This record gives sequence, structure tokens and C-alpha cells, in this order.
Amino acid sequence: MKALLIAFDPSELEPLARFGAALGAPFDVLLLTGSADDGYGASEMLLAGLATVPPADGLAKGIASVAEGYTHVAAAASMRSKDVMPRVAVLLDAGMVTDAIAVLDGKTFQRPIVAGSVIATVTVETERVALTVRTSAFDPATPTGSANKRSVALYCPTAVARTSAESQASGGRPDLTQAKVVVSGGRPLKDAGTFEKLIGGLADALGGGVGATRAAVDSGIAPNEAQVGQTGKIVAPELYIAAGVSGSTQHLAGMKDSKCIVAINTDGDAPIFEVADFGLVEDLYTAIPALMERLRP
Amino acid sequence: MKIMVPIKRVVDPYAKVKALPDGTGLDTGGAKFEINPFDEIALEEAVRKREADPSVQIVAVSIGSSSCEDQLRKALAMGADEAILIESDAEWDSPSVAAELAALAKELAPDLVLMGKQATDDDNNQAAQMLAALLDWPQATFASKLDLAGGRATVARETDTGEEVLEMALPCVVTTDLRLNEPRYIALPGIIKARSKPLAKRPPTTEPRLRTRTVRLDAPPTRPPGRKVGSVDELVSELKARGVVA
Ligand SMILES: Cc1cc2nc3c(=O)[nH]c(=O)nc-3n(C[C@H](O)[C@H](O)[C@H](O)COP(=O)(O)OP(=O)(O)OC[C@H]3O[C@@H](n4cnc5c(N)ncnc54)[C@H](O)[C@@H]3O)c2cc1C
Repeated sequence: MKALLIAFDPSELEPLARFGAALGAPFDVLLLTGSADDGYGASEMLLAGLATVPPADGLAKGIASVAEGYTHVAAAASMRSKDVMPRVAVLLDAGMVTDAIAVLDGKTFQRPIVAGSVIATVTVETERVALTVRTSAFDPATPTGSANKRSVALYCPTAVARTSAESQASGGRPDLTQAKVVVSGGRPLKDAGTFEKLIGGLADALGGGVGATRAAVDSGIAPNEAQVGQTGKIVAPELYIAAGVSGSTQHLAGMKDSKCIVAINTDGDAPIFEVADFGLVEDLYTAIPALMERLRP
Repeated sequence: MKIMVPIKRVVDPYAKVKALPDGTGLDTGGAKFEINPFDEIALEEAVRKREADPSVQIVAVSIGSSSCEDQLRKALAMGADEAILIESDAEWDSPSVAAELAALAKELAPDLVLMGKQATDDDNNQAAQMLAALLDWPQATFASKLDLAGGRATVARETDTGEEVLEMALPCVVTTDLRLNEPRYIALPGIIKARSKPLAKRPPTTEPRLRTRTVRLDAPPTRPPGRKVGSVDELVSELKARGVVA
């Protein structure tokens, strides 16, 4: 067994190495953009040196061209990895596991299905395995110092033109999926300004990221990249504060593995309280300003 | 212009689904089955394209048991022109579905395959990208806006950090995200009225070759019960005691 871990940028190196360690096989890392020194246990770091991530049709070909000698090809679960990895799986004739959360052996993995209501144990029947991995489900990796490095030229022929560049993460806040604290707001936030003032304000007081429910995103009060849940981002921070969030199965799917969950909701029977370590039955319009007041550094 | 819309029959996404105690299957509690919500968004988008351009032709396709006919009837009621049920009681994983859809795409030669980004039952998010790879077509996943003009697709798509716009020649594969549109409501009479629209049933042209197998289903770990606090002050002192805030 030997794995190739696909890092889109250097921030994914440590999270991916967690999976490498859990797999218990030697691994190389293919770093698509940027450069880094520490490989967190990688035998070799392949540096593609791409300026931007190419569209999936081209990128899949590029990745497949360097993946020949590996039994496993894995990327951290994200929208960009889910865009390309199924194409890579086809090119390598690999069985694919989406959102792996546990390794039972080199061919057997666990993953959540039906919005996290059920954990499926899946075996891969093909020689090669492709995966996207929820890295927050694995133990942190330790730095191992300078890795062996080699440049690789990825040929990524694409039939797609990107006519407007990807927007950049907003407001200098930490990336939701890697933040230690996430503050999320739901439907009762009146408008985008109120959402930003209360949810954004509390997040800033805690140095955290901002999340939202689908209801908040659909009504335009929160940006789409803030959606947490079955069909949005999956987060597992040290502290998750849900304000005005009812706790639908679809939302819980994205946050119930957080270490400490706080729910603020006027309805004491809201399902969110079933997963909350600490529940506060109070109007968020009074509770959040009071919290900001006490928690501001 | 021909748009092919694959439809998956899934358990009602709002139903409470559990693993059976012996781990061999799902307990859906007698819930209804529906069109996968993302596929419904795909169908709605296709119908809107046809409303803007009557030459658009919509073929809805489903692979599965005879009961998938219910979802295809609903697709016809929403506005699909014809439906094809690829009847099979076998198990189909995403790569097998993609292979069968690829064979069908070669036969029907659609300009666009418009499908859901994921199914709400297996949450796989694989079939469309695999189909695009098998056909060597360009793709745009997670679409929040789709324009078709001059033999090209312009797609605004959701990304991890916001949005980007991709442009590509047809034919291509596009997958839908939640904010592409809000599907119209179809009442039962509409579904009955669509009974005269063509629904063809036929066997698959490929054999499902399972690359993955589900061997067990379990309940997720439960969280230890939490408690309600009486005030913001009490909450803050609990959080400090836990060391999660400074
Ligand atoms: C296919 C599909 C995919 C989905 N994917 C996702 C997903 O990824 N993420 C997601 O979040 N949802 C998703 N949903 C939607 C999900 O089912 C819920 O509709 C949504 O999560 C509800 O959002 P909410 O909690 O903000 O709103 P609501 O359910 O309306 O809850 C609002 C809550 O706020 C409380 N409240 C009201 N006023 C106040 C106040 N002043 N102070 C404090 N509390 C107050 C209420 O008591 C209530 O509990 C999906 C649905 C489908 C069908």
C-alpha cells in the first residue's frame, strides 16, 4: 500500500497527514498550489506549483497522470475535492468513498449517509481506492520537519474557461472548516446587516468563523459559503455556537461532531438542544450582545 | 436542444431514517419516497429553459425498480417531455449509474445532462462527475445560475469560498445546488394529467459492476446529554470552566 494525498494548498497538509497516519501506509503528498516545508510524515512532497486550481476536467487528468503507482488517492473533503475526485476515480478505475470518517483497514472505511443519520461501513472492491476524507474526524498529525521535495509538471488540458475568478474568503475571518470557534445564525436574523453585526460580531469577539443555516443563506442574509450542513460545510470546532437555529437533521449533519455546542433559542423544545452541551433559552437579540460584552478580549 | 435529467428515487429527505438494529439495512419508518431534491431542481431548471425556448426537449431518466415510475410520472407532470425507466432490481453504485447514463447519453445525444449534485440518501456526490469523465465532457458542479446560448453553457457555481463563473461548449454535465431555483409545486391532479406523456421502460444496457459495497449500517455515536443554563453569565462561566473561551 502507498497513498497519494492531494493537497490543494499548504493548509491541507496537516489535516491530510492525519488520514495518512490512520491508513498506516507510507504516503506522498501532491501539493497543487503554493509551497511548504513540513510534510507531516510524507515520504515525498510533489510540488505542482500551479498558480490556480484548474477546472475539474483538466485537473483530474493531471492528478491521474501522477497517481499511477499508488493504491490510494485521497483529498480532504471540500467542494473543490468533490468536484474533481470522482473524475480521478474513473480515470484510475478506482472505487470511491466520499466523506470517509474512519479507516477500518486498507479497503474498509466508514462514512455518514442520509444526513449523518446512519454510519455506513463500506468496502472497496477495486485494486485502487479514491477518497475524500473528513479530516476533522482524525487525530492531529505532528510536524516531522523538512520533507523530501520534487517538482512535478501537471498537464491539465481543460475545455472550460473560468470567466470570473473564485471569490476570496471574506472579512479576514478564519476558514470555517479549520476555525477553532464557529458562530452560526439562522432564520430569525432580520437581514444581512443584522446577521453581520450579531453573528459576525460574536465570531470576531471569539476569533472564530461565521456559519449559517440554509434558511439564512436562502433568504440572502448570509453568504452561501457560510452554509453548514448536509449540503454545505462540515465543521467540528472546539466551540460551536448556534443562535436562532432549530437543529434540523440537515444542519446537525454539518456540526454535531463539534467538541462543545452552545444553543441559543427562544423555543426550549427546539431539536438543537438535544445536541447542545449548554442550552440557553433566550432571545438572541439580547443574549448575543450580552455575550459579546462579556467575551470581548 | 435536448436536456437529459437523471432522477433518483430517495426516501423523503425530512423523514427520520435509522439503521436497523442488526446493521443490515435502513429503517425508513414507512416514509414516502420522493424525487431527490437536487434532481427536482435540475428538472425545474430544464423546464424553465424550455419555457424560454420551446425547442428545448427534456428527457427524464431513472435507473431502478418499477416503483421509480412514480417519480418519473411526477417529472412528466413538472414538464419533462418524455421519461425513460431503466428497470432493474439490482444494486447500482454511483460508477455503475454513471456507466449506464453514459451509454444512454451516447444514444440520445443530449446537449446537456443536468443532474443533482448529490442524492440525499447516500450523499455520494459522485455520479455526475463520473459520467462527465466517462464521456470526456466538461462539467460544472454546484450550479447556482445557468445560461445556455450559442452552443455554450455559462455557469455560476458555488465554491468553498464563494462563487466563480465557468464557460464551456455543449455538450456538458452540470450539477445543481440549492440556490439555482425553487421547484414548482405539482399537485396530484397534475400528475394524473401527465399520464398521457410517453414513459418507456427498458432493461439496462450495462451490468452494474460494484466498486464499493456497503457491509454494515450503524447508528452514529450519541452525544452525552447537555443541560440548560439560566443566564448569559452562567453560560460564560461554564465555557470558561471548559477552557473553550478565554
Ligand atoms: C435537500 C436538503 C438539504 C438541506 N441542507 C441543509 C444544510 O446543509 N444546512 C442547513 O442548515 N439546512 C439544510 N436544509 C434545510 C433544513 O431542513 C432546515 O430547513 C434549515 O436548517 C432550517 O434553518 P433554521 O434553523 O435557520 O430555521 P428554522 O427551522 O425556521 O428555525 C429557526 C429557529 O430560530 C428560533 N428563533 C426564532 N426567533 C428567535 C430569537 N429571536 N432568538 C432565538 N431564537 C429564535 C426558532 O425557535 C427556531 O428554532 C436542507 C434541506 C433539504 C431538503
